[in-house]
Amino acid sequence: MQEIVNIFVKSIFIDNMIFAFFLGMCSYLAVSKTVKTSAGLGIAVTFVLLVTVPINWLLNKYVLSPGALAWISPSLANVDLSFLSLIMFIAVIAAIVQIVEMTIERFSPTLYYALGIFLPLIAVNCAVMGGSLFMQERGYSSIGEVLAFALGSGIGWFLAIVAIAAIREKLRYSHIPPALQGVGITFIITGLMGLAFMSFMGIKI
Amino acid sequence: MRNWKLITMPFDKENPITVQVLGICSCLAVTAQLKPALVMAVSVTVVVALANLIISIMRKSIPPRIRIIVQLVVVSTLVVLVDLFLKAFVYDVSKQLSVFVGLIITNCIVMGRLEAFAMTNPPLPSLCDGIGNGLGYGIILVALGTVRELFGSGTLLGYPVMEKIGAYNIGYENNGLMIMPPMALILVGLIIWLQRSRKG
Repeated sequence: MQEIVNIFVKSIFIDNMIFAFFLGMCSYLAVSKTVKTSAGLGIAVTFVLLVTVPINWLLNKYVLSPGALAWISPSLANVDLSFLSLIMFIAVIAAIVQIVEMTIERFSPTLYYALGIFLPLIAVNCAVMGGSLFMQERGYSSIGEVLAFALGSGIGWFLAIVAIAAIREKLRYSHIPPALQGVGITFIITGLMGLAFMSFMGIKI
Repeated sequence: MRNWKLITMPFDKENPITVQVLGICSCLAVTAQLKPALVMAVSVTVVVALANLIISIMRKSIPPRIRIIVQLVVVSTLVVLVDLFLKAFVYDVSKQLSVFVGLIITNCIVMGRLEAFAMTNPPLPSLCDGIGNGLGYGIILVALGTVRELFGSGTLLGYPVMEKIGAYNIGYENNGLMIMPPMALILVGLIIWLQRSRKG
């Protein structure tokens, strides 16, 4: 249990998707103009992470990793399908995003229209693919750890995009050199926020 | 002539990172040292160029509704090839890049060029466009990698530059901040600032 809480806190603050690994920067920069839309995107990304990472974990554990097919028959014990993992992960993510999109459209049209174009774009969001790849790289051992990691990463991404959107709303009234306006200043502010987040380093529960 | 322009445009005026703001995700994390940055730049160039070429050849037979899936399959096949190639020939760099080779699949430059260029243009210009955008991305990567490795750890491609020119003897210290992740963001911000103010 302690290990799970530790992974959860770590993936929100220390291994933050944006400030430590720069994942999902494209939508982070493009969508962070107002707090409302960025909160919507943050929730959608968290949800997709929470669904895709555990599915990819099961896929990795029972199909893809070396010797994983042994549960079908012992003769398959030395089959190694790990070279397929990139293609399988992206296929799962694209399919899940499609299903999520159709489900939301069916059951909550208001949320669907609020998210608009961002929903299909989550399929190519590096944060989602990165979540699956980090899960494989770090070799989490139980489904609880994987869920904690997925939820924590999603919340970390959510916090980052809402924070930068709030700062950018205020920035509109500041005097910034013309060449630095827009993207330039956003990069520098993200860097400074990253420095602030680095002070969480070393926290362990 | 037009093809040559397609290759050189992304170096400055249409640079994928500083102007189009695409592909930031993987670009910042691999630039703490020059060597992984170089390898990453070459890998991305290869993937963008070949993906552009293949999609452009197939563009008339791809049904528009499922084009994203088709593009993803083509790109991820190419990335798997690059990944296996790196593992076979430069294993240490491949370990250093870890997940970021896989993340070329979701690199916005690749998808962006496929959507914006390869779907509507014949194969040869698409190939040139891919090479150009890959190199434009590479230039920024190499610039960041050079600055961060030189000032962060005092070396270039592992060669101890600062030690050889005797900078430590006159009291020079490595700037540890340079190899931290946030500094990459600040440096990109400064490059964008420089580029835009030069244009006036």
